[in-house]
Amino acid sequence: MADTAENQAVPTADESRRDFLLHATVATGAVGAAVSLWPLINSMNPAADTLALSSIEFSLGGLEEGQSVTISWRGKPVFVRYRTADEIETAQSERWQDLPDPQADEERVIDPKYLIVVGVCTHLGCIPLGQKTTEPRGDFGGYFCPCHGSHYDTSARIRRGPAPTNLEVPEYTFLSETNIRIG
Amino acid sequence: MSTNKGWGARAFDWFEERLPIVSFIDHSVGSQYPAPKNLNYFWNFGSLAGFMLVVMILTGILLAMSYTPHVDYAFDSVERIMRDVNSGWLLRYMHANGASFFFIVVYIHIFRGLYYGSYKAPREVLWWLGIIILLLMMATAFMGYVLPWGQMSFWGATVITNLFSAIPVVGDEIVTWLWGGFAVGNPTLNRFYALHYLLPFVIVGAVVLHIWALHIPGSNNPTGIEAAPQDKIPFHPYYTAKDAFGLGVFLLAYFAVVFWFPNALGHPDNYIPANPLSTPAHIVPEWYFLPFYAILRSIDNKLIGVVLMFASILILFVIPWLDTSRIRSATFRPIYKVLFWILLVDCVVLTWCGAQLPEGLPLILSRVGTFWYFFHFLVLLPVIGWIETPRPLPTSISTPVVAKPAE
Amino acid sequence: MKLGMTSFAAAALFAVVSFFAASPVQAAGEAVELEHQEWSWDGVLGGFDRQQLQRGFQIYREVCTACHGLDYIAFRNLEAIGYSEDQVKFLASQYEIEECCDEFGDLFNRPAIPADRIPNPYPNEQFARASNGGSLPPDLSLMTKARPNGPDYVYNLILGYQDPPADMAEEIMPGMYYNSVFDGNQIAMAQQLFEDLVEYSDGTPATEEQMAKDVTAFLHWAAEPKLEQRKQTGIRVLLFTFVFTVLAYFLKRRIWADVKH
Repeated sequence: MADTAENQAVPTADESRRDFLLHATVATGAVGAAVSLWPLINSMNPAADTLALSSIEFSLGGLEEGQSVTISWRGKPVFVRYRTADEIETAQSERWQDLPDPQADEERVIDPKYLIVVGVCTHLGCIPLGQKTTEPRGDFGGYFCPCHGSHYDTSARIRRGPAPTNLEVPEYTFLSETNIRIG
Repeated sequence: MSTNKGWGARAFDWFEERLPIVSFIDHSVGSQYPAPKNLNYFWNFGSLAGFMLVVMILTGILLAMSYTPHVDYAFDSVERIMRDVNSGWLLRYMHANGASFFFIVVYIHIFRGLYYGSYKAPREVLWWLGIIILLLMMATAFMGYVLPWGQMSFWGATVITNLFSAIPVVGDEIVTWLWGGFAVGNPTLNRFYALHYLLPFVIVGAVVLHIWALHIPGSNNPTGIEAAPQDKIPFHPYYTAKDAFGLGVFLLAYFAVVFWFPNALGHPDNYIPANPLSTPAHIVPEWYFLPFYAILRSIDNKLIGVVLMFASILILFVIPWLDTSRIRSATFRPIYKVLFWILLVDCVVLTWCGAQLPEGLPLILSRVGTFWYFFHFLVLLPVIGWIETPRPLPTSISTPVVAKPAE
Repeated sequence: MKLGMTSFAAAALFAVVSFFAASPVQAAGEAVELEHQEWSWDGVLGGFDRQQLQRGFQIYREVCTACHGLDYIAFRNLEAIGYSEDQVKFLASQYEIEECCDEFGDLFNRPAIPADRIPNPYPNEQFARASNGGSLPPDLSLMTKARPNGPDYVYNLILGYQDPPADMAEEIMPGMYYNSVFDGNQIAMAQQLFEDLVEYSDGTPATEEQMAKDVTAFLHWAAEPKLEQRKQTGIRVLLFTFVFTVLAYFLKRRIWADVKH
């Protein structure tokens, strides 16, 4: 009676290879556990109400030349500016190849009249000044970040200071002449 | 010595020398932990309870990421979880129904202990830890039910916290202290949330002690006779396999409820936002509290009702001494076996009574049921243990019993 | 122990049956007989009928929304009942949302977008009560889950308007109406559905029963929008678990084959 029952129950190395039942059961259990983990992990992804606000529409019709407006998109500020003719001229005539983050103005706008960028400094995340007429605009007529002195030009490209890249241009499309959808 | 081992095996050995986790697990629940070979399926419920504890903690933590513990936002945040959070409905239904299934499993686990005498020496502390886990579960479940801030959440909280005013002299102060105010309100909700998040981890600690206390004497078995070494088999693979099968059966029932009857065990009133100015027609706790609710309402005197309700659980602590029988398992105790079934029916009847209004037949049954419950433990257990003539015990687990009792 | 297990199972079954039976309605002693309806979501794989949900939404918009909020439904949710993104955008734009605040500090209105929730007919509870003789029309987002046998209850209640029985006729208070289903039989809401009250865009005849059925179905979707995903996921989960259980059973038997137990 003092039999080592366990020796017979646990298959030897040879039998294991043919032990379909054991492998099938363990595999099914493991797959089940893994697959059931996915909804749990996915529950932390943005919820439907968050995703619903991932795109917003904005009407540019209310803006006048030289006027800027800051709107909130995905929890971040977005600078929308109706640029003056001078600002557009300066932005386009710049030798963009020599800039710290080379990018032509034409690549950064759809309609050159409207500059639409995410108002978060690419250095460490402060909000640059320049949207309001009372704020300093830096040495290049665009935006100036007070935290560590990054200067952006009229195309919101980084010109001087610690920021590594130009202000981000979010994905946006024109739904009509004056209506845009961001995101 | 291990020059033939691959690098993986050598890395494993290196780690095991410093922190022998795998060896520890192997000795606790693995191939090096011996268990009686004759355990029946009622011994599955411990591992099922452990499984449910993990499920509740996992789903709970994820729900906590989206829940807002403020009276103005709680109900809305739960609806947001149900509608907008990815798989939020699944998390919520698994958590709410998980509580019910956790209690089903634990109640069966407890009744198994009562039937087979698992509370008797040398497993008294194991039994105590189990009761402590039950009490922690009840506190956790009670506070958890308040969090959605529905009508039943609010009024259930009001009724139960008000009970403490029955305590003489300091009752009202204690209730105010519990509430953090003059009625159940935002301070109450906030602290219940904090404690509801905390207690499950206290339960984990108690479960660790519970398993530790179990592993000293090892498991009881259906005969109640201590298993000799030759009657034991390694936990792995025998009971790991059996537990896996039992888990599968259990999950079929659990998932059937979660996916097709997710609101069957709940109360519709909890889909109405809490209104402190409007009391529901019938305040009813969740089903797992119903027998205690019945006991509470069976006595006209508030204080005595409260005392009896708590006593119905606290009395479990002294069962190892109330039961005077030398025989553990009801298998060999013909009178006690009958009393056990009567007790079980008694608890079911009390459960039904708890859902009814305390009047007429339900009230009579509640009183009879409450009386019988305490009579069973305080009078019958000592007396029967003394006067009962047990059936002849087998000499060992493996020896077939001479006159196998007709079951 | 076999007999013991059977008795145990019997006791467990009794417990389950007994508390299922102990519904609050019966506990009250006034069992209201609800005519059970067949609903599209009945059964293991039952779901919603999108045509019906759209008809129901039409009833909600044309009849109920005057007094009842549907606070938990956003316009974007309506894509789930068969409307396109553009239809939803257009529908939303017909509603106005009050927001704070313009440059003078005043509340202003803007057209709704799909992400907005359907606006409540009343700005606050007091206004709602004042407009309804002191009674508060409840929000309907969860109504079919907030009552026992919710969908049957809502359906029967909407159709439960009758002349009061002779012995109750004098007791109906002013501003109240007799309803055979409502607790206490007096309800502050007058009968709302009458034959051909709305013209269904899909041509379905608008009988009282049809409208009541459709709006109840819509409300049940509003209460439980994930019902279909829930059941579909359930089938997959249950099938998988069943396969696992069968495998585990045979594995267990194989492992235990040589142990006398």
